[in-house]
Amino acid sequence: MTATQEPTPATAQPPRSLLDFQGWSRGQLESILETAKMMQEVLARPVKKVPALTGFTVATVFFEASTRTRLSFELAARRMSADVLSFAASTSSVSKGETYKDTLLTLDAMGLDAYVIRVDAAGVCHQAEKWLGKPIINAGDGWRAHPTQALLDAFTLLEKLGTLEGKKVAIVGDIQHSRVARSNAELLPMLGAKVVACGPATLLPGSLLAAELTTDLRQALSEADAVMALRLQNERMDKGLLPSLPEYISGYQITEGRLGWAKPDAPLLHPGPMNRDVELEGSLADSPRSLVERQVANGQAVRMAVLYHLLVGKKS
Amino acid sequence: MEANLTFKSKLLEADEVRRALTRIAHEVVEKNKGVNGLCFVGIHTRGITLARRLVEMIRGFEGVAPPMGILDITLYRDDLSEIGLQPKVRETRIPFDLHGKAVVLVDDVLFTGRTARAALDALIDQGRPSRIYLAVLVDRGHRELPIRADFVGKNLPTSKNEVVKVHTLEDDGEDGVELWEQ
Repeated sequence: MTATQEPTPATAQPPRSLLDFQGWSRGQLESILETAKMMQEVLARPVKKVPALTGFTVATVFFEASTRTRLSFELAARRMSADVLSFAASTSSVSKGETYKDTLLTLDAMGLDAYVIRVDAAGVCHQAEKWLGKPIINAGDGWRAHPTQALLDAFTLLEKLGTLEGKKVAIVGDIQHSRVARSNAELLPMLGAKVVACGPATLLPGSLLAAELTTDLRQALSEADAVMALRLQNERMDKGLLPSLPEYISGYQITEGRLGWAKPDAPLLHPGPMNRDVELEGSLADSPRSLVERQVANGQAVRMAVLYHLLVGKKS
Repeated sequence: MEANLTFKSKLLEADEVRRALTRIAHEVVEKNKGVNGLCFVGIHTRGITLARRLVEMIRGFEGVAPPMGILDITLYRDDLSEIGLQPKVRETRIPFDLHGKAVVLVDDVLFTGRTARAALDALIDQGRPSRIYLAVLVDRGHRELPIRADFVGKNLPTSKNEVVKVHTLEDDGEDGVELWEQ
């Protein structure tokens, strides 16, 4: 349970939207993960489609470029038989607040039931819920949150480890600018795990919810039950936050040898897209310890489950 | 809803449930002319228990247990865009190829026919059986769709405001069928 999180009784109504994990109880989130397991069975069939969301229309509105997340959401919605409206916008010129609102209200006039929104500015998804009064799924807002990524990471870890209770998960890389790190630091402790976030001092925030922060990679990986490497974004170098790539690699690249500090067989996760031989040794990505492909596959099942939980039974 | 129900009568005792199931098991094997190509799929929750019983009975008198799967119809309900409740999605597991099989779909009560309709769609999405039968312990009438059962334990005329509860040893501690009223 994070510091900002009020305990919510399991019987309470879950929030209308998935913006982050505030207002969600452990029980409600576990129930989504349980449904995701059932969706995995759907995805294992020859006909990977169920009629559950027939009659619903889901819009994917991406103000920030992303192919993988958008495709994963759209496929998830289609596999549930929802209609999908796909909107990709660029936000270069106009006053941004107005543009977001006008764009969303215009789309809403087409009769939509839920929105999947990716945007470079934190807070837009919260505003969108107020503007539209409909379920919003945050598909990444700035550095703030990417809740479905954290859910699919948790799902993948649960699949591998059985439980997160008492497990240590190390997250390594550019913690400061990572919505993936932030959402995992929010979710994994709710499910019983301990999160240690690690990176060079210039890429570590002052604090990160319930996570422990360290610049010492060995300390972070020591006895870890799982290791998550984050993508190092090149633009960080341009801003002078990192002296050089070789320096980052020498201090923080996850290598076969360094993975030895973690528990034997501790799995390796990466949210993608991956810079091979930067945040992790290239060969590790294809090793049996890597769960990267499981993450991508599970992403669809988890997003199907999220859509089910946010849409079904919510009409008054 | 549960709280407002009052007990009316016991419709079937444990022995009567057992006899009805035994008869259905024999009828199924007779109709299929043996157990060749025969399989069972139980619908959550009590349909699974009843399907398991039928499979065990057939093992007893034929020496072979037909394969069995379990089916959750939640994702195939026709009211998901309307209802104010969110049914829990439960496990579907059909660990064999349905293609060309004679499938006996098993449920506890046949009422409006909507569950059976959803179950047919769910099954057909998983393969192409040569034949699908429907077996139920109780047919209580009031169909809203053109669906009928091939094997029925007991036909029990009811009124629409009554509720038929099937209890099983495995799920509820004892076998029996009860009539309750709202």
